[in-house]
Amino acid sequence: MRDVNRVVVTGLGAVSPIGQTAGSYWASLKQGVCGIGPITQVPTPEELTQKVAAEVKDFDPLKHFDERQISMLDRIAQFAVVAAREAIAQSAITFDMPLSVRTATIVGVGVGGQTTHDDSFRRIYRENKARVFPLTIPKLMVNASASQVSMHCGLRGPAFVVASACASATHAIGLAFHMVRSGQVDCAVTGGAEACITFGTLRGWEAMRVMAPDTCRPFSKDRRGMILGEGAAMLVLEPLERAQARGAQIIGEIVGFGMSADAADLTAPDLGGMTRAMEGALADAQLAARDIQYINAHGTGTTANDQAETQALHQVFGTQAGKLAVSSTKSMVGHALGASGALEMVATLLALREGIVPPTIGYLGPDPACDLDYVPNEARAMTIDAALSNSFAFGGLNAVLAVKKFS
Amino acid sequence: MSDVASDVIAIIAKKKRVNKPNVELSDRLDDLGLESLDAVELIFDLEEKFDILIPFNANANDLLTNFDTVGDVINSIEKLVGKKS
Repeated sequence: MRDVNRVVVTGLGAVSPIGQTAGSYWASLKQGVCGIGPITQVPTPEELTQKVAAEVKDFDPLKHFDERQISMLDRIAQFAVVAAREAIAQSAITFDMPLSVRTATIVGVGVGGQTTHDDSFRRIYRENKARVFPLTIPKLMVNASASQVSMHCGLRGPAFVVASACASATHAIGLAFHMVRSGQVDCAVTGGAEACITFGTLRGWEAMRVMAPDTCRPFSKDRRGMILGEGAAMLVLEPLERAQARGAQIIGEIVGFGMSADAADLTAPDLGGMTRAMEGALADAQLAARDIQYINAHGTGTTANDQAETQALHQVFGTQAGKLAVSSTKSMVGHALGASGALEMVATLLALREGIVPPTIGYLGPDPACDLDYVPNEARAMTIDAALSNSFAFGGLNAVLAVKKFS
Repeated sequence: MSDVASDVIAIIAKKKRVNKPNVELSDRLDDLGLESLDAVELIFDLEEKFDILIPFNANANDLLTNFDTVGDVINSIEKLVGKKS
């Protein structure tokens, strides 16, 4: 098997709280648009203390699917398919034979079809209905997003979902990157999806006591925690030679992927795990710390994550750490769990291509424990040659991607 | 000792991770070995037991509820239980 392919990104798609295409998402990121607001999808009775989230507002499935298709698609799979179609259209690739069987579909999903789950269980436990809808299981199964993308887009190669909570999409993209680099497949459609703003899920997050009541202020003083988000983002990955041969536009190059497990606390971040994942990505990319200018941080807005991530950046980058631009786009789109790594990868790739770093909005001022340059509140024009995108999950599962400007 | 106090002590005693025969009012939760997830579970148990809502955000320093020692927990719970009736 070859292990020589350079891997480039030739298409992007996104469904986000601040834009339902990759282009509109990126335009909003640059402007610092906040997608966090009062929850509209589910009732918010008094006992629900979490009243805000970053929702994909006014998403109309009928613009994308007919009614028969919709009956088989949970909201998460709708997001996944819409983002995949956009990425494929942008890459202008056609999945005829034999490329169809040589294309992987790898999608990161944190919790899966929560809307179907919640609706079905409410019917039987609260409404005492005798039965649930017949397609409940294939709609809520965690692999549904990969299955639906493969079916809707005609992709017949390796296809599966990767689940590692908040790092799912980064693991998925990293695995797809390695498969294309090694020649195991000739193309990959990869990313992440999540649609977890349901009554039951919100109550679960609320009980963790880590949610901010108002908004997400990563790395800022007086930050109050995370905000739940939703959406999807997808990328088309190809070997450079193949992309050039068909005259495809090249958005950026993925060069490294690092993974680690903390094997420590279930929820508390771990400096060692974060550090090893970042160092792994740099080593895989054959990049040195001084080659990196931008970090798209995991930056959830919790006291613990942001402090530990800052320390880990100091550890990995040493004296270079102060020169890095570090931003958390979760300040604008919340934490979309399984989709977050893919939404952040789209942001990172477009930051590299355009030389514009999206800001960390909602920033009120420095916290002594977070002493780096977080690109507060306004986007910044700067030359970026290489960047990292960090994802650190509950359960201590960490994944980091390294990307380079294509030249 | 009030009923609330003995119930709170019983709940904390189940969560403690150090080998100490009696839980006392002056014991600090830290010294009983309670970690962050234990605190969240403790709050859940207290809310369930007394049917109250305890305002607590792990990210906030300005806690409405001061949960430093076992005595602090009892004081807070007694206030919240008092408000209910």
